[in-house]
Amino acid sequence: MDIKFNEDQIEIARQARRFCENESPMDYVRDMFEDERGFKDDIWTKMVEMGWTAICIPEAYGGLEMELLDLAVVLEEMGRAVIPGPFFSTVLLAAEAIKEAGSDAQKEQYLAGIAAGEIKGTLALYEPDGGADPGYIQMDASTDGDGFTLNGTKLFVPDAHVADFLVCAARTEAGNDPAQGITLFIVDPKTEGISVSLLPTMDGTRKLCAVEFKGTKVSQEGILGEPNNGWASLKRVLQRAQVGLCAESVGGAQRAMEIATEYAKIRIQFDQPIGAFQAIKHRCAQMFVEVESARSILYYAAWAQDHEDAKAAEIAASVAKSHCSDVYRNTSASCLQVLGGTGFSWEHDIHLYIKRAKANEVALGDPVYHREQVAQLIAG
Amino acid sequence: MDFRFTPEQEAFREEFVSWLEKNLPEGWDPSRYRNYESFDEWARAYKDFQKRLSDGGYAAMHYPHEVGGQGKTLMEEVIVLQTLASACMELRTPGIITHGMAVPTIFHCGNEDQKREFLPKIFDGTHIWCQGFSEPNAGSDVANVSTRAVKEGDHYILNGQKVWTSFAHVSDYCIILVRTDPHVKKHKGLSYLLLDMKLPGVEVRPVTQITGEAEFNEVYMEDVRVPVEMLVGQEGQGWMIAITTLMFERVLGDATMAAAYDKNIALLIDMARQTKRSGRPIIEDPIFRQQLAQAYIDVMVLKYHGLRNLSSQLQGGTPGPEGSIGKLLWSEPNQRITEDALGMQGPTSQIMSGSPWSIQDGFWQYGFLRSKGNTIEAGSSEIQRNIIGERVLGLPKDISRAARQE
Repeated sequence: MDIKFNEDQIEIARQARRFCENESPMDYVRDMFEDERGFKDDIWTKMVEMGWTAICIPEAYGGLEMELLDLAVVLEEMGRAVIPGPFFSTVLLAAEAIKEAGSDAQKEQYLAGIAAGEIKGTLALYEPDGGADPGYIQMDASTDGDGFTLNGTKLFVPDAHVADFLVCAARTEAGNDPAQGITLFIVDPKTEGISVSLLPTMDGTRKLCAVEFKGTKVSQEGILGEPNNGWASLKRVLQRAQVGLCAESVGGAQRAMEIATEYAKIRIQFDQPIGAFQAIKHRCAQMFVEVESARSILYYAAWAQDHEDAKAAEIAASVAKSHCSDVYRNTSASCLQVLGGTGFSWEHDIHLYIKRAKANEVALGDPVYHREQVAQLIAG
Repeated sequence: MDFRFTPEQEAFREEFVSWLEKNLPEGWDPSRYRNYESFDEWARAYKDFQKRLSDGGYAAMHYPHEVGGQGKTLMEEVIVLQTLASACMELRTPGIITHGMAVPTIFHCGNEDQKREFLPKIFDGTHIWCQGFSEPNAGSDVANVSTRAVKEGDHYILNGQKVWTSFAHVSDYCIILVRTDPHVKKHKGLSYLLLDMKLPGVEVRPVTQITGEAEFNEVYMEDVRVPVEMLVGQEGQGWMIAITTLMFERVLGDATMAAAYDKNIALLIDMARQTKRSGRPIIEDPIFRQQLAQAYIDVMVLKYHGLRNLSSQLQGGTPGPEGSIGKLLWSEPNQRITEDALGMQGPTSQIMSGSPWSIQDGFWQYGFLRSKGNTIEAGSSEIQRNIIGERVLGLPKDISRAARQE
């Protein structure tokens, strides 16, 4: 047993911290919050140069073939800086889907492209009545024998407006088991019949889109993985992405705790720093407890993805997603309370954390969904 | 990072599990939350079982041979403790203070004579120890201890009263915090003694607690003559030694509590399957399912946090104020889990052990009541948050406390 970062991971974290401070200061984050596109190409290029898009991509496709935990190290720092841009959608959703289900040719095209920073992708999963369960997929994909025609609407698709390709989950077969009959497609968002529009969501640092498909044609080559059996692949992709979100959330919660604690030491009221009052001190201590507990379960869940059996890894992902979501939401809100009126202002950065916490909480299954998953896995 | 046991450790775990199956006390029933009617019987069962562990080579794994240990690492000790916690926590309870506090204090702060005299008799089950810190006016403010120890020749003469002393009524010795110098600032006048509970002038009066049992006691001392050889460290070091002791209590505690709670979760799932509310099993109710899952999440978080903390200890760290996290992570969730378990039972939750309608022998009723002490004993939640706030996060003390401790 050895539960700490190795030398490489310590170095990765150090570099990521420095990168975020230098390349993505809060001024940049705020600009991108308001910006329609949501990121600048030169920052993206620098991330690619850091090797971040290649971390979990196999060496055969130009990647570094490292573990999810290594990527989590970077994501924790990115979450700490609420970095905007299509990193999460490209690296944790699109790349993982191609890696999980793609043919050699598809991997050659898309994974190599992502590793090299040439293309960006995302996953079109949620639908208007989808609720918390990402398994609820009804979008119609019908075939006339030669390719498929897609009709329907996908919601909450991260960064679809800047994506070069979408991995889209659609229903190719109806049946009693909703997990059966789902097929994954790789779609170019510029294809005729697709319209992408930005949703006016709370968190401007993570752009979410509505993607409408009207008679959109996809050729046989666009099928990703085994037809009708897409959910089996998606399930594993989503688990890894959920753990990735946990890493972001832990980083964000850590920063919120630091902001609150730093402020509690310097803000004087009643002739003393407010951190001397137990009402504030205990709030800060509780943030520390929650953040550290979230970090512990995050590291296990990330490690489990590459080392534990399928069921243990699945339980760990849901446990972590539920816990880290709760912790980020609580911690960022608690920080605002410590900051008082200052924290309620647009000028202070904490609102960016509160908004990201909310976005991460509901993305890829909210805590209620994941607790139900846990209940099913442990008790049936 | 690696969360697994090594193959050697895994082999050791399997070996111990199979040893344990053959060595649990005869007639001991794992389905009952309490097998012993009286504390004397319970303490006897603990001592007999500790003797068995010792004879089997499984007591005090990480302590050196010279003091009666097995000369292995903390990992072997954790493996033993986790296995015992999930298999037979009841048989360990009377020894919790002994092993969690007395042993590390004597080992790390005691002199060679004290180590050789006391540790082997703890490890072989001869002695149970209790801990005399709290007093009527020294609860969270432990440094306010007023039990006096006056040096007369080669003895300290003790006068005063301790309270909330767990298992004092079945203990052979007590690690006790006393005031040797009333003229200096309060933390500085304290000393740490090893007290033989059979000495004349020591009187133990059990205190009946919320569960109806008397796990705690008041301990009165009137002109008790304690040989000066029983002083741990130097006079005036009592506070520092006490703080060290409290931190040691937490390291192994976290790793062990998760194993004990794992078993409780299994019981909870079992209960939810077998008990009905409004004609359908609890397990089918979406709200109760959420609570069940949250209980599991709390325990899993405790488990991996405990392992992470333990791992950092194994890398050579000493227990620090971060240990306060673990205390909060087991005590507060245990209250939520036992409350939820009773909530699932509805009106039946009122029935204690001993009725045909009792659920799981009243395990959760006892657990609910007992858990109320979890956020008070071993340093209240408020004290833990002070420790984290001040010693980890570096927040200032409030003006009144800061002034008093100048």
